[in-house]
Amino acid sequence: MKRSWPAGAAPFAWLLVFFALPFFLVAKLSLSHAVLAIPPYAPRLDLSRGAAGLIGFVRELNFATYTRLAADRLYLLAYLSSLKFAAIGTAILLAIGYPMAYGMSRYGAFARQTLLIAVIVPFWTSFLIRIYAWIAILNPTGLLNQVLAAFHLGPLNLLNSQTAVIIGLVYAYLPFMVLPIYAVLDRQDESLIEAAQDLGCTPTQAFWRVTFPLSWPGVAAGALLCFIPMVGEFVIPDLLGGSDTLMLGRTLWTEFFADRDWPAACAVAVVLLGTLAVPIALFQRQQAKVLS
Amino acid sequence: MRSGPSAFNRISVCLGLGFLYAPIVLLVVYSFNASRLVTVWGGFSIRWYAAVLEDSQILDAIWVTLRVGLISATVATGLGILAAVALARSGKFRGRTLFSAMIYAPLAMPEVILGLSLLLLFVAMGIPRGFWTVTLSHATVTLCYATVVIQARLARFDISLEEAARDLGCPPLSAFLKVTLPNIAPAVAAAWMLAFTLSLDDLVIASFTSGPGATTLPMRLYSQIRLGVNPEINAVSTLLIAVVSAGVVAAGLIQRRRLKSA
Repeated sequence: MKRSWPAGAAPFAWLLVFFALPFFLVAKLSLSHAVLAIPPYAPRLDLSRGAAGLIGFVRELNFATYTRLAADRLYLLAYLSSLKFAAIGTAILLAIGYPMAYGMSRYGAFARQTLLIAVIVPFWTSFLIRIYAWIAILNPTGLLNQVLAAFHLGPLNLLNSQTAVIIGLVYAYLPFMVLPIYAVLDRQDESLIEAAQDLGCTPTQAFWRVTFPLSWPGVAAGALLCFIPMVGEFVIPDLLGGSDTLMLGRTLWTEFFADRDWPAACAVAVVLLGTLAVPIALFQRQQAKVLS
Repeated sequence: MRSGPSAFNRISVCLGLGFLYAPIVLLVVYSFNASRLVTVWGGFSIRWYAAVLEDSQILDAIWVTLRVGLISATVATGLGILAAVALARSGKFRGRTLFSAMIYAPLAMPEVILGLSLLLLFVAMGIPRGFWTVTLSHATVTLCYATVVIQARLARFDISLEEAARDLGCPPLSAFLKVTLPNIAPAVAAAWMLAFTLSLDDLVIASFTSGPGATTLPMRLYSQIRLGVNPEINAVSTLLIAVVSAGVVAAGLIQRRRLKSA
């Protein structure tokens, strides 16, 4: 039907201007070089000079920013450790989130609805505040060490460590893992399990042969929904990690705000986006499938 | 019939919820701490709430954040309704793949990339950074969330109701407004609330796209958190948590009532 196409025109144009176009600017700027000016980069596209302006602009573009990043070991380390943190975080989230979602789906209708709200409330609560709460817990004189001291244990110096970053990632993203898995498990037809058990499966076998394989779309959605933003996470490594905790999101932030090196920040963004392109495309296909 | 929760199910749910709530509960409890040291209990007090009410920087930031949230959530919901209609109703059209890609990509994309790219757009367009650039940026990102929420509801809506209205002589726009919109109203309200909360909560995109005079609450909190833990932050956080939980629980109760009456 062509009739309702005009309805989409406004949001389509909006997203083209505010979402698609800016990516070209990022890509363009990553091929520029930094100068002491406002805005702090060159060359600038001068279309008032017509084709000559365009040619001059293209001629000045270069890959110097990328070669500079590739030569610097810190960027490579930040890249690898972003992937490492996101992978470890996703694995732990699966281990915690799946049993939780499965447990929730076993309750009666009223309890399920209440549990669902209980998981959603933290999901809506400020991200920054929830990470801040962990600073008070992990502090050297914080609540965790006070509890440990009561048992004559510790002290543990967790704040500003890699462990703290993992704790923060798992904590902040747990609802993102639980909700998609729960949504799939909740819709599952109980008679399939009964059939499996009638055919001689023990409850454990029925879980691994029927429930778990059927919940795969939820697991995939949850894992992608956690992994993708975790790779580019900024707040958690910045507040809970130490100065040696390198992650790309933090590198980009530092390049931009502290070093005012806009081309480098853009090159980091392009690398980040290139790495995440495949997972993001997978996530989109999954979402489109679920919704249509 | 569901086979009730086993002991293992109960334990995993309890541990999971305990993990989710313990830090929030501790944060709230210590906002009533008389001591300046956040982690040492010095008796019950509401002095930090009084301090918040006198902190003009925080109050300014709250005011900016509320205005950004109200405007951006309203724009995002309006555009979201249009986008959801386009996606749910008009099968295949040219640019559909690009359109749905632009709707879903921001949901998972790292915020630093969204913030940086929007900033470059404003610089290239020569728009000075400030209140309106943050509002436009938030409207763009939350538009995608609003669309997904509304589209999910629209997909379940029986379009023959709207068609019946049109067969009876209602013009298309008025049929949509009088028949479809009231039916999807709860989803539209949920979409607005989600957009508003996301805007309220955003630090990264606001930091990139904001300018002088438009410091949002998360930006203000972030700069204070960097200086260390401080009971006033606990008090502000508690107020924010109270507002958000009240909204979510109310929305949940309304949905549950609808579930029962259905």
